Amino acid sequence: MAAETPALPGAELFHPRVRLRKGLGSAFLVLGVASVVFGLAMLAFLVFDVVERAIPWLRVEFLTQFDSRFSDRAGIKAGLYGTAYMMFFTILISFPLGVMSAIYLEEYARDSWPKTVIQINIANLAGVPSIVYGLLGLTVFVRWMALGRSVLAGALTMALLVLPIIIVATQEALRAVPSSIRDASYGVGATRWQTIWHHVLPQALPGILTGNILAASRAIGETAPLITIGALTFVPFTPQSPLDRFTALPIQIFNWTSKPQAEFHDLAAAAILTLLVVLLTMNSLAILLRNRAVRRRAG
Amino acid sequence: MHHVTEETIEPRVAAGSSHPPRVRVGIPAPAVDEPIEHPAIEVRKLSLWYGPKRALGEIDLKIAAKKITSLIGPSGCGKSTLLRSINRMNELIPRVRTEGEVIVDGVNIYDRRVDPVVVRRSIGMVFQKPNPFPKTIYENVAFGARINGYGGSMDELVERSLRQAALWDEVKDDLKKKSGLALSGGQQQRLCIARALATSPDVILMDEPCSALDPIATQRIEDLMVELAREYTIVIVTHNMQQAARVADRTAFMLAGDDLVGRLVEYGLTDQIFTSPRDSRTEAYITGRFG
Ligand SMILES: Nc1ncnc2c1ncn2[C@@H]1O[C@H](COP(=O)(O)OP(=O)(O)O)[C@@H](O)[C@H]1O
Ligand SMILES: [Mg+2]
Repeated sequence: MAAETPALPGAELFHPRVRLRKGLGSAFLVLGVASVVFGLAMLAFLVFDVVERAIPWLRVEFLTQFDSRFSDRAGIKAGLYGTAYMMFFTILISFPLGVMSAIYLEEYARDSWPKTVIQINIANLAGVPSIVYGLLGLTVFVRWMALGRSVLAGALTMALLVLPIIIVATQEALRAVPSSIRDASYGVGATRWQTIWHHVLPQALPGILTGNILAASRAIGETAPLITIGALTFVPFTPQSPLDRFTALPIQIFNWTSKPQAEFHDLAAAAILTLLVVLLTMNSLAILLRNRAVRRRAG
Repeated sequence: MHHVTEETIEPRVAAGSSHPPRVRVGIPAPAVDEPIEHPAIEVRKLSLWYGPKRALGEIDLKIAAKKITSLIGPSGCGKSTLLRSINRMNELIPRVRTEGEVIVDGVNIYDRRVDPVVVRRSIGMVFQKPNPFPKTIYENVAFGARINGYGGSMDELVERSLRQAALWDEVKDDLKKKSGLALSGGQQQRLCIARALATSPDVILMDEPCSALDPIATQRIEDLMVELAREYTIVIVTHNMQQAARVADRTAFMLAGDDLVGRLVEYGLTDQIFTSPRDSRTEAYITGRFG
């Protein structure tokens, strides 16, 4: 080494091991790239498999027909409507409730033991298996509140399931707003609410929306809680009111994959593809909204 | 344009002070050179705790109206804490407890009937790091006035405030286009001054307003302070003793003892503090022997 690089003053004090340090950096780069390639390859394989099986079944009738015993007459109309209705109510309930809880916890609640207990609980609730929420929904919404196995009962259950995600993400977004902005706002005589409304929330909005995207993505694919509360598997109608019984896309998929006939497995692939498209559309809308918020903030 | 005049560049410290030490008058303990007859702010026996930790010990300080008063002292001696208790900003920090009084216009702002939100409208603040809102220049200035229910013409107010802050000419063409964050550091700090001016305060508190700025931007802010002191009472915390000497009429030297409680050691006319300090600790500090 010393022969290659000209010795600079003080060199004898150091053992730079430049080659080792750079080598470690390169090794890390290789690992990183390999991980990305592995992940993408698996995803590509899955998507390819699904698309290949789904394509023959993707006709307009597939979207406009109800389920059927005969694979060529089976469609996902009931599941599509059910999922759309349920997600509408899930977002309507969980978004404001979650964001407001987070604002309270982060901006208003004093540091005290009840707050600590609540925080720990919320963090743990985010990790509770979804079937437990199904049981809770069954007991509370379906039975006690006598909502039956309805769209509303499903939406409330899903809302509970995603609330911890929304609250935690929103709290983190609020916490990331620099205190210098709050100081500036209070400094000109703004109240706490004016500070939150005019400065904290707009700055936190992108983070809050990201949390809600994650939450909605989680809810749209959940199957176990819906099965637990007893959403139907065979539904020859679309729900007309929030209190009607319903099915949802994940249940439809689950139902078809458990049938013996291979055609139904391909139908399931087509339904999975539809679910993915719905999910991606929903997320793109949210991201579009988020980017608009970011741009407006940048002025 | 804002011109740098001879007068504003010249340090206010005259060699060989014309203010020899006098007999102690007025407020107790650390003596004040001249009694301040009608102080804009009078701090009385002010103590402050961050949770169990005491940061200020019974500070007594009279601040003259329409003058610049500087707070100097080593890091952690409580300068910012004292400054922030003059507009009750410390209360935003959890578990802060304050004792004592701050009298403004004959009213103790720590009286239970006084709302800190009202206090902060009339006692503005400029912070160490420029902190414009991530909104347009116009919005930055208008915000404080709007939320406080300003009844006059907003356009005029924004223009007047920006002119007072010597920023108007640089930003007048993109008031509603440019974000406050798109300005240079010095411009951002002047925008923050304009924002503080827009709520028509009587007092402006500045916490090391130039510490993040280059010498030229610093010079402009200093000129601005001197200019503003014709109409406003200014209290400035500074780390830079030359700055205190250049701009301040009076200077307060603070120090935290072994108990880490910040106390006022000496207070007087800036000339006197810098040329003939009475306390040996003040002398040690201004001659650069610690801090
Ligand atoms: N938010 C806070 N919580 C707890 N202690 C604080 C807080 N802010 C300042 N302090 C303490 O109070 C003392 C005075 O701090 P500060 O007023 O910032 O000093 P200065 O501005 O003179 O450097 C310091 O010991 C500091 O550690
Ligand atoms: Mg400070």
